[in-house]
Amino acid sequence: MGIFDFLRSRHKASASIAKERLRIIVAQERSQRGAPDYLPLLRREILEVIRKYVNVDMEAVDVHLENDGTHSVLELSVALPGQPVGLAGGLRAEG
Amino acid sequence: MNHEAENDDRNAEPEPSGDGIQETGSAPPAIPDSRSPTPEIAATGAEKLAEIIVVTSGKGGVGKTTSSASIAVGLARRGKKVAVIDFDVGLRNLDLILGCERRVVYDFVNVIHGECTLKQALIKDKRHDTLFVLAASQTRDKDALTKEGVERVLTELRDEGFDYIVCDSPAGIEKGAYLAMYFADCAVVVVNPEVSSVRDSDRILGLLASKTRRAELGAAPVAQHLLLTRYNPARVINGDMMSIDDVKDILGIEVVGVIPESEGVLAASNAGVPVILDDESNAGQAYEDAVARLLGEQRTMRFIDAPKKGLFSRLFGG
Repeated sequence: MGIFDFLRSRHKASASIAKERLRIIVAQERSQRGAPDYLPLLRREILEVIRKYVNVDMEAVDVHLENDGTHSVLELSVALPGQPVGLAGGLRAEG
Repeated sequence: MNHEAENDDRNAEPEPSGDGIQETGSAPPAIPDSRSPTPEIAATGAEKLAEIIVVTSGKGGVGKTTSSASIAVGLARRGKKVAVIDFDVGLRNLDLILGCERRVVYDFVNVIHGECTLKQALIKDKRHDTLFVLAASQTRDKDALTKEGVERVLTELRDEGFDYIVCDSPAGIEKGAYLAMYFADCAVVVVNPEVSSVRDSDRILGLLASKTRRAELGAAPVAQHLLLTRYNPARVINGDMMSIDDVKDILGIEVVGVIPESEGVLAASNAGVPVILDDESNAGQAYEDAVARLLGEQRTMRFIDAPKKGLFSRLFGG
């Protein structure tokens, strides 16, 4: 740190940005670890079926697997755009 | 139990000569970290003999081969009998780093396919009597390595009385990387303080915990160690590079060594002399420390502070 540092352009320390981004992505990837390999494929196929009827975008299907120790809950939520109330909803499957 | 009887005999044997630097007794060295238990597999007694260390990273170009070579040499310098195996089939490089590229006649795949004996393929290091290199094949056949073949070679090395088997993993998470880590007792995860390397390392840590023999048998988990390479203290102080603590926080495992970015590393690979043999270079000394820590020694981290600046650069920035 020099006394003339203020003359130079200040930039936010990039290391702290890196750390924050990593913290988030690593946590997310760890939560998906151990989930069955078919989840992404399942998600894609569900999306294809829905698209036959409604035009939803890629992010519309959220597949979430929760592990309770003794059993797992597979939660699928599908956001349907511009539909009358009642059509949009959740779909639950237990296994 | 045949295996155990054999085991006891071997443990009773004196250590190989020249073991004056590091006294660890006959048992494999304990690693002083509660999360890194001493390897013990109940299924086969033979495991206690040779410790299998995988040097891995996920991402390429972070220093796996450089680290494998230096760790192997560091162990051999302590009189340990060490075999270092290049798992990077198709892209042989460990031989170059160790300076034995012109002496490769048979390789790892030849041994697995029974085209030569293990003894014929092991290249004895010119500088260290107790260090042997098993080169990767240059074949482009991705299925050249098989799990059974790798296991057979590792078992034979164990039976030959090797103390350590260092497996230099290829980059990626494909078959070669999988087989390099599958039989490991201990993993050295090489990581650069950089986003893609850290993320890939986390992926590798997940695989070590699930796709290894220890994981499948439900045995004590593979001991995990981080080796930070290409560390630049000055950039860390400027906030341009993640610090040791940052990486440790994100990955959540102990750091066994920090290798500073150093001109010595390129000079060493140019010459085919592992950098750990360059006592002048910071990187060489840092590798020496890392090997000592792997063997359970306590050593404070060196070369992790930026060099002191003069008055001029302190006033005007540098």
